[in-house]
Amino acid sequence: MKPYLREKKNFGFSDIPESTSFEAGYLVSVNSGWRSIRPVVNMEKCVGCMQCYLYCPDGVISVENKKAVIDYNFCKGCGICHKICKLNAIEMEAER
Amino acid sequence: MAKKFLSGDEAFAEGVRLARPQVISAYPITPQTIVVERLSEMVENGSLKSEFIHVESEHSALSCAIGASAVGARAFTATSSQGLLYMAECLPYASGGRFPIVMMNANRSTALPWNIYGDQRDSISQLDSGWIQAYAENAQEGLDFALMSYYIAEHKDVSTPFMVNLDGFVLTHTYETVDIPIQELADKFLPPYETDNKLDLENPKNMAFSAGPEHNYIFKYKEHKALLNAKKIIKDAEKRFADIFGRKYTGLLETYRTEDADYILITLGSIAGLCREIADKLRAKGKKTGVVRLRYLRPFPTEEIVTAVKNAKAVGVLEKDISFGSEGTVFTNVNSALFQGGIVIPSYNFIGGLGGKNISHEDIENIFYLIENGAERVNFVGIEGGD
Amino acid sequence: MTAKDLSKDEFFYGHKACAGCGGSLAVRNALKVIGKNAFAVLPAGCMSAVGFNFPQLCFANNAIISTFAGTASMLTGIEAGLRAKGITDFTSVGFAGDGGTADIGIQALSGTIDRNDNILYICYDNEAYMNTGIQKSGLTPFGAKTTTTPAGKNIHGNIRPKKNMFEIVSAHNIAYSATASIGYMEDFMNKVKKACGISGTKYIHVIAPCPTGWGIPVSDTVEISREIVDCGLWYLAEYENGEFTLNHDPKEFTDIAEYLKKQSRFRHLTDEDIQIIIKSRDAKWEKIRRDWRR
Repeated sequence: MKPYLREKKNFGFSDIPESTSFEAGYLVSVNSGWRSIRPVVNMEKCVGCMQCYLYCPDGVISVENKKAVIDYNFCKGCGICHKICKLNAIEMEAER
Repeated sequence: MAKKFLSGDEAFAEGVRLARPQVISAYPITPQTIVVERLSEMVENGSLKSEFIHVESEHSALSCAIGASAVGARAFTATSSQGLLYMAECLPYASGGRFPIVMMNANRSTALPWNIYGDQRDSISQLDSGWIQAYAENAQEGLDFALMSYYIAEHKDVSTPFMVNLDGFVLTHTYETVDIPIQELADKFLPPYETDNKLDLENPKNMAFSAGPEHNYIFKYKEHKALLNAKKIIKDAEKRFADIFGRKYTGLLETYRTEDADYILITLGSIAGLCREIADKLRAKGKKTGVVRLRYLRPFPTEEIVTAVKNAKAVGVLEKDISFGSEGTVFTNVNSALFQGGIVIPSYNFIGGLGGKNISHEDIENIFYLIENGAERVNFVGIEGGD
Repeated sequence: MTAKDLSKDEFFYGHKACAGCGGSLAVRNALKVIGKNAFAVLPAGCMSAVGFNFPQLCFANNAIISTFAGTASMLTGIEAGLRAKGITDFTSVGFAGDGGTADIGIQALSGTIDRNDNILYICYDNEAYMNTGIQKSGLTPFGAKTTTTPAGKNIHGNIRPKKNMFEIVSAHNIAYSATASIGYMEDFMNKVKKACGISGTKYIHVIAPCPTGWGIPVSDTVEISREIVDCGLWYLAEYENGEFTLNHDPKEFTDIAEYLKKQSRFRHLTDEDIQIIIKSRDAKWEKIRRDWRR
């Protein structure tokens, strides 16, 4: 369960609900454009300790098969994961 | 149907009981207090099954009611005067969110100077808040509004909160014999509240959100349309009410001997009875007088006013309200209706009853005299020492 | 609770909070602990501003914005409404900032605690009105520079200490209250979990730094929220059954000056100002160690 990107992004008159009530977790835009640097996981070093997952304010890190995986659509590049990782398994690299 | 000798507040509480609100959140304030006292007694003695929340302020009273309505529960609150103003932030919140909360407001003057008696400046100051606003003339109508208001507010074409106004003391504290419908018929009239406009475990929602310039005005347009839709639903509700309970109401306004009237006094609330009495008295003397009582200020009875006064020679508007530096707000609204209807006749504003000042027989006779013979545009009834 | 015990669901996702926002981390993880039956109320403020911009709606669970002053009373209404409708398996949870809690929302919060309504209220404290551009709130600490407490020659930022919300709330004899910091995430999550199992009103006050308002790099949010505890300017504690308990008693405090100097909001402080802060910390801890269970 997680808010996710939807197909329908533009809302005209007839799409606007009657009241201020709408489907929960409806996303129409990503946050990737906010980043100037991006976290990159070093798969050799990562042991899947989940600390980066635990402390990510945006919840964009999941741990799959004992490795951290980052959703770059929504990562803002804050670098908390890089700081929190005791094994230096996440490096911040400049966005091109 | 049982007949009981009740005050306006007590009669209203009986109407609320029949409507079975699931959450009641209210804060005491004179002259509304008796309503919440009776309701808490009903909850205590089991005649009303409802969550009674002892909130610490009126802002919380309405905020709590909004929360309850946002999960699809039927909610009730009541207030008056300073209390209404204190919760004012929540009024457009409730209407913008399209939460069909019913609130009884005991019309009372607003400070300063402090005054606990009745005038209508409190509710009229909130005309633009997006609520339906009705004004009762007597305790029976108050009780009936309590039931009808939920039907209208909760109708899917309306889904808008409803404020029922009772004149402080004159109506809230005056006793009269009232018919109390039986619960079975009340249930037949008012089905349980069903809505999609709610937080829901099966179908999670994000509610009361922000909407930027490209969407915001569409929400507001729809809100306006919903209030206009209420005109039809009010008619439907009254027909349904008459079919079930046998009591008939007349929609957004009530006319009295206006068909052939030359001089018509337009007013609202409990003073209307005296106005009709004086109209009769003047009729006996050969004056063709009539009275229009506005039952609703929102939606505003524009067309109905035009129809009622189209053959008159002059009209007056008597209200317990003044928009300082301008004129009475009801008068402004009535003039707008006259203009839209192409009716070019003299109209005069009579500001009376502020801070509970009595409006006498003589005052109303004099008002009719001034409507016929001409007056200032805005007249303070019975003012002494002014220029 | 550890990271492994957390639900994999993400309930607060795709929001527009600033990079490194402490408040969003507090909301995110609290909801992961509470689960999908959370009915979240967020007043006007940072988290509602970043999470509810139609049609970008960032809560997977039921969530609603309240008036600024009305977080607690709306929680009450939601809880009462659901109960009246026969729904029992839910948590009515509020997330309000420091201003929404200690200033404009304190009356409604007090009312809710007084009635012992079955709700959980979480104050994410970033120590100023950050959403409107870093103005002083009742929880802005002594000495902090904000846009309404400028640091100049005459006045060195905020002249008043933080309101003690934890003890104000506890003085209502609340069912459960606690302090936390997002730097000690497991402790915070445990407290949220514990609160969910208690009937009545629960209050958790969690320090959640705002990099913009505090003047720290966006990557340092978690680190600074550990340091505020380690230097003794915040403490991890609980109140239940009429008693205060200190959860974490540092043998030795880290250097307050070091904590302060990392943040541009404190950079103007003189040695005398820092001495005042140290004295006030020591006085508080003397009382805590004397009066609270450890």
